[in-house]
Amino acid sequence: MCPECDAELNIPADAMENEIIACPDCGAELEIISLNPLQLELAPEVEEDWGE
Amino acid sequence: MRLGILVTHIRAEEKLLIQAFEKAGIQPDILLDRELNIDITGGAGQPAPTGIPWQDYDLILERCVSTSRGMYTLAILNTWGIQTINTYQTAAICADKLQTSLALSRCHIPQPTTRVAFTPESAMQAISDVNYPAVLKPVTGSWGRLLARVNDRDSAEAIIEHRQTLGDYNHHTYYIQAYVEKPGRDIRAFVVGDRTICAIYRQSDHWITNTARGGAASNCPITPVLDDLCQRAAAAVGGGILAIDILEDADGQLLVNEINHTMEFRNSSAPTGVDIAAEVVAYTLNQVEVRV
Repeated sequence: MCPECDAELNIPADAMENEIIACPDCGAELEIISLNPLQLELAPEVEEDWGE
Repeated sequence: MRLGILVTHIRAEEKLLIQAFEKAGIQPDILLDRELNIDITGGAGQPAPTGIPWQDYDLILERCVSTSRGMYTLAILNTWGIQTINTYQTAAICADKLQTSLALSRCHIPQPTTRVAFTPESAMQAISDVNYPAVLKPVTGSWGRLLARVNDRDSAEAIIEHRQTLGDYNHHTYYIQAYVEKPGRDIRAFVVGDRTICAIYRQSDHWITNTARGGAASNCPITPVLDDLCQRAAAAVGGGILAIDILEDADGQLLVNEINHTMEFRNSSAPTGVDIAAEVVAYTLNQVEVRV
């Protein structure tokens, strides 16, 4: 479940811990904190020094 | 061989890289920058967040989306003699547009006319010196954030006043470029070691063409001229794995605009047909072998 909007999420089979995924319903960016058991959190807000 | 990937979190690029490492028979350790807690004087024998001493790593591939975390960690690891991609030296130059301009200038690599000033008055003069329209950029930053095309004196005064009032000291360094009339696109070229592996055009109706801002990617052929420019630009900042942003001016001359040391490439393998993650992994493994 999306922690922002409670939408049901399909986690990809090749998902990794600490991967960022987007909720298809509300668009929130989520971080996979744990795969087993599945635990999701809102991804951190973009900071000023983030980039390439 | 023991490899680590230093990340803020895992984005599409890091996932592609991890999968490419696994395809090459290597399982890299994932090191989260949020978990770092380093004794500066403790040396490389202290454990990384994995519990493994830093000195046991043959190479750390830095892929942090946080520039400061990535850069300072590279500084520490390189001080300890641990091999990294990229090096701190390269990252420190690329993370700072002013330092990048200086490095390019030292090597006589064409770039947009650029001036630097430190006060509102001198910045206004510098903008006049490069002529309107001009482009104001923070010296650090990415994804086209806080870029401003300044078309006239009124907008220049407004932007400078905002930066003086609302920005921290970083925004009081005025990095000013002449606006380049480009043909609705720029070029991003990917350099891995001594090869320009591929390039894309980034097309946009907006003057900011970053794919993070909606620019569309298509294949850009690597001509000998483009290749030569990219190799020289990469060498100017210390080399490694780099994305070089290039503008074409009205005369068709190629100007190096920026160089990125933790490049994003998720949208670039499909149009170019080049498996960028596999290229990065092959180069990384080769660097370990070279050193060993």
